[in-house]
Amino acid sequence: MLALIIRRLVLGLVSLWAISVLVFSATEILPGDVATAILGNQTTEEARAALIAELGLDRPAHERYLAWLDGLFRGDLGTSLATETPVARIVSLRITNTLVLAVATAILAVPLSLGLGLLAAAYPNSLFDKSLTVGSLLVISLPEFVVGLLLALLLAVRLKLLPAVVTSPDFTSLTGLLRALALPALTLLASVQAHMIRMTRAAVLDTMRRPYIEMALLKGASKGRIILRHALPNALAPIVNVVALNLGYLVSGVVIVEVVFTYPGLGRLMVDAVSARDIPIVQATAMIFCAVYVFLTLAADVVTVLTNPRLRHAK
Amino acid sequence: MSDATGNAPAVPSLASTKRVRRKLTLFGAIGIALLGVNLACALFGSFLAPHPPGDINPGGAFAPPSGTALLGTDYLSRDLFSRLLDGARFSIGVAGLATCIGFLVGMSIGFTAAEIRGRLDMAVTWAVDVLLSFPPILLALLVIAGLGTSLPVLIGTIAFIQSPRVARVARAVALGIAALEFVEVARARGESLASILIREIFPSAVRPLAVEFGLRLSYAVLFMSSLSFLGLGIQPPDADWGGMVRENLPGLYYGALASIVPGVMIGLLVLGINLTVDWLSAGADAQMSEELR
Amino acid sequence: MPPLLEIQGLCVEGRTPRGHWVPTVRGVSLTVAPGEVVALIGESGAGKTTVALASLSYMRPGTRVVKGGVRLDGIDLLALDARARRAARGKDVAYVAQSAQAALNPAITIGEQVAEPMRLHGIATREEARCRAIALLARLDLPDPAELAGRYPHQASGGQQQRVMVAMALTCQPKLLVLDEPTTGLDVTTQIEVLKAIKDVIRTHHSAAMYVSHDLAVVAQIADRIVVMKDGAVVEEGPTTDIIAHPREDYTRELIGAVKPRPVGGSVNFAVRETAPLLTVERLSASFARPGFLSKHDIASNVLQEVDLTIGRREVVALVGESGSGKSTLARVIAGLHAPFAGRVALDGRPLAARARRRDREMLRRIQIIFQSPDLSLNPEQTIGEAIGRPLKLYFGLRGRRRAERLTELLLMVGLAADHAARYPAELSGGQRQRVAIARAFSASPDLVLCDEILSSLDTIVAAQVLTLMRDLRARHDVAYLFISHDLVTVSAIADRVVVLYAGRVCEAGSAASVFSAPAHPYTVLLLASVPELRQGWLEDVVAARPPTRVQTGAAMPRDLGCPFRIRCALAIPGRCDREPPPERRVAAGHVAYCHREVTELRAAPV
Repeated sequence: MLALIIRRLVLGLVSLWAISVLVFSATEILPGDVATAILGNQTTEEARAALIAELGLDRPAHERYLAWLDGLFRGDLGTSLATETPVARIVSLRITNTLVLAVATAILAVPLSLGLGLLAAAYPNSLFDKSLTVGSLLVISLPEFVVGLLLALLLAVRLKLLPAVVTSPDFTSLTGLLRALALPALTLLASVQAHMIRMTRAAVLDTMRRPYIEMALLKGASKGRIILRHALPNALAPIVNVVALNLGYLVSGVVIVEVVFTYPGLGRLMVDAVSARDIPIVQATAMIFCAVYVFLTLAADVVTVLTNPRLRHAK
Repeated sequence: MSDATGNAPAVPSLASTKRVRRKLTLFGAIGIALLGVNLACALFGSFLAPHPPGDINPGGAFAPPSGTALLGTDYLSRDLFSRLLDGARFSIGVAGLATCIGFLVGMSIGFTAAEIRGRLDMAVTWAVDVLLSFPPILLALLVIAGLGTSLPVLIGTIAFIQSPRVARVARAVALGIAALEFVEVARARGESLASILIREIFPSAVRPLAVEFGLRLSYAVLFMSSLSFLGLGIQPPDADWGGMVRENLPGLYYGALASIVPGVMIGLLVLGINLTVDWLSAGADAQMSEELR
Repeated sequence: MPPLLEIQGLCVEGRTPRGHWVPTVRGVSLTVAPGEVVALIGESGAGKTTVALASLSYMRPGTRVVKGGVRLDGIDLLALDARARRAARGKDVAYVAQSAQAALNPAITIGEQVAEPMRLHGIATREEARCRAIALLARLDLPDPAELAGRYPHQASGGQQQRVMVAMALTCQPKLLVLDEPTTGLDVTTQIEVLKAIKDVIRTHHSAAMYVSHDLAVVAQIADRIVVMKDGAVVEEGPTTDIIAHPREDYTRELIGAVKPRPVGGSVNFAVRETAPLLTVERLSASFARPGFLSKHDIASNVLQEVDLTIGRREVVALVGESGSGKSTLARVIAGLHAPFAGRVALDGRPLAARARRRDREMLRRIQIIFQSPDLSLNPEQTIGEAIGRPLKLYFGLRGRRRAERLTELLLMVGLAADHAARYPAELSGGQRQRVAIARAFSASPDLVLCDEILSSLDTIVAAQVLTLMRDLRARHDVAYLFISHDLVTVSAIADRVVVLYAGRVCEAGSAASVFSAPAHPYTVLLLASVPELRQGWLEDVVAARPPTRVQTGAAMPRDLGCPFRIRCALAIPGRCDREPPPERRVAAGHVAYCHREVTELRAAPV
């Protein structure tokens, strides 16, 4: 078992490295005229060349890549081309905001959807199950920004309960926190939840079809015991994968939601940086998002190994 | 006697596959109807629109529904209804084309890896995993910022994002089929790789892949509209539905239809796809149609 | 004495994929007296499992009871409410499923699963249940019961898993035990031990039992009465001795006829060989280990080890062995579906490339393969005509009318009708599909047909018919067979020569007559002795006569340089059998065995 886990870890590290190459190369295709973007169109050729040399943009690509990689390990994420402040500082400001949003959503979403999904699988085709299915189907059919806008329309515009736009979230007080997070979190929650409920339900139903469930029934076990003691341990692996996958959706969804509500998080930072061609920020934020993805799938795989007796104990 | 493991194969079993006409459920019918309407809009929308999409309507910006503007006007005082019909071809067409391309590419890769196995398979699996670790929005942001927002770039980007997912599913499906004995018999005949993929594996893969196609399509529509909402999709004066939500956003606070209806239209399209997919994948030995690794 | 279980006029319907309800059990009535073992015999689709499950008041999804009653100790099982049903299941009546591998929960330890019924019905506390579970496992002859209880199902062998299931069913000492084909998935040598364990434990617990099976010989060992079922109805029933000795109905007679007498050799044989052999396999070794980036080749993963084999023209060579023997892998290697890592295969003296794709078309045509499962060996999306027609086109370039004519010829040859060509596999029965697979193989006019357990998935009667077909075809065509099977009875009806395989090594090879009448290798002896005979008392005789084995069957077969059978062999020589490969010994003309013992020692061993 240990060998399996170590192998997976190594694979994760290799993937992370490959991603760094991808991120770096992808930013290379951005038209490199950052110099003009900074200095303006009227600048001279010499000024541009000087700025390019100063920023080190004239060195060959692989040199720059290695320098960047080296910087990553040391915690030096470079300097923002637009504002000349260290990227690390900019990012750390924003990252807290995004983390708070993501974690808050995850804490609510995971237990709620797992519970609902399980209940739906326990009473398949009941009224509860059917309405849940229809409800989640409706929600996942809407793009996130539409969900966000509808919620904003309802809660901010019509009912005037919450601010529609959050420019500087006040995390010092609880009400401040709630007011800042509510709409973005609700939007994220809605779509992630819908996916998770559907997938959990499917995973559990699939497990319920196995012969050993019938056997438990024939031993006289009650429905509750069958689901909790017999089905759940076997459904854990697919459920963990569902959770990991959806937390990944969360990462993508954060970007959209932050733009919709102008929430000052990492996602919006990235979108703005792409428009401004501020490459170091783009690279840093991209690596952060990708690293989170890789970590999530790695964790999911490790949990899968840990929960599967076949993999825990060799024959 | 044979070792009865009691495990159902991942492929629809013989008993249920051929010639079983599935009963049309209510939801399935709704789904197909929605899909049909949307397709019709995409194909004929431009002709059916009462006004050319660029025409200025006398009602003024964000006017309520009237005789000349069935759903009111947008921020530039253009007829919303006509623009909706016109925008359908982008929302559906771009997503559809991109999904087809991504599907073809992903399917070829996935099938080949499944049949050849060995080191090629390991390399492909790893590459797919790495690509899938890239949040798609991020990838699109980078590519579009770099290469612009022309239609080919949009379609290519979405296709590129879809292909790893499709490759993974196609590989899993093909692996399930490739292990079956009729494929072994074909291999023992010395059939070429192409012949095995096309003649033996593909026909049995059609159903689970059709379900996956539907899922990919709905994802593409949603993704496309998100890009347009971010300003990175279809550029003005053309607009797909996501773009229309973006450009009419100021009207949201006045409750103007123009800011919400396009979003709802996206939802109806995707709902139609999802209902149809659910109906198609119901019953039968349930191949996990959603993305479960 | 009033019967314990009384089923009266039970009628059950099942739902087709289209949604129609069709009758699957038609008015079945039977009784089981306390302490009695009643066997339910029939082929697939007879409705036996449905009747068995009804005794637990359980209907699978998609089935419903239309009429009739099931009474256990006077209580109407079908009228119980959910709670009463749960109370009865596992306590008054318990079920042993067919496949232990599927029916045991992979995520729960063996001990906990066995103890569960006691906890569910509140009969014992946790500690008590655990102790009782371990005691039961011991009673069923399982090694190291305390340790086994802490393990997971996948860590036990097939035979052990099956016994665990029986233990699980007996924990609450039910009045009625329902066993659904409990030994069907097991090797013949394992089957005996499990059967004996089941019989003993039923006797000790004085429970009644309903034993569902398709195998008359197995059932004859354990049942007091037999009920024969066909297509959902009872055909005949009576005491075991009566049914076996004086069957009244034709169907029963057919069933009995299909269980042929045990192999004595000297049956159907053709004057064979003396020309150069058609196929030679020399020192073939194969494994499933995939080429890792770093790992060296591990001998423990070898599926086949230094196998030698020859097949002459028009000869039927039977490859016999149980699960894990590597017989299917050998067929696949010969067919070019699996590459060996040592040794070679030659056709008419010309070496064959390891992979089919590298062989030339003529070589591919001359060797054809038929697989075990009729469900999976035909492409469900192709018509029969397309399936058989492809080789015709590929090898002979036949098209159009000539192809259609040849197609019809082939269909008629295997006993199908010409209009079957337009049908899809789903429209045919299992036996018919297997005939199609045979026609497909013969369409290439091959010199050698590899038959990989082609009868094992078929019902007894159908299998007998297909076997007859294979014999006819062999008589009429210039073709040799490599006939792979674990069923010695079948093999005896068709083989000229027999090769016995164990854990990837050849144990013994010789003419069928010689091997069956005078087996030399201890494994062959064990195998032949394990084939159930259609008479009561056979089980007791075999068990009494069996030499004491040192280790339970089901322990992992060692794969290394020594003889793999040594851990089960009473004649094993420590220091030799575990270190060196067994040498070839000449038993008789054309009959060899691979053993460290001399032939004289083997002959003298108790049988």
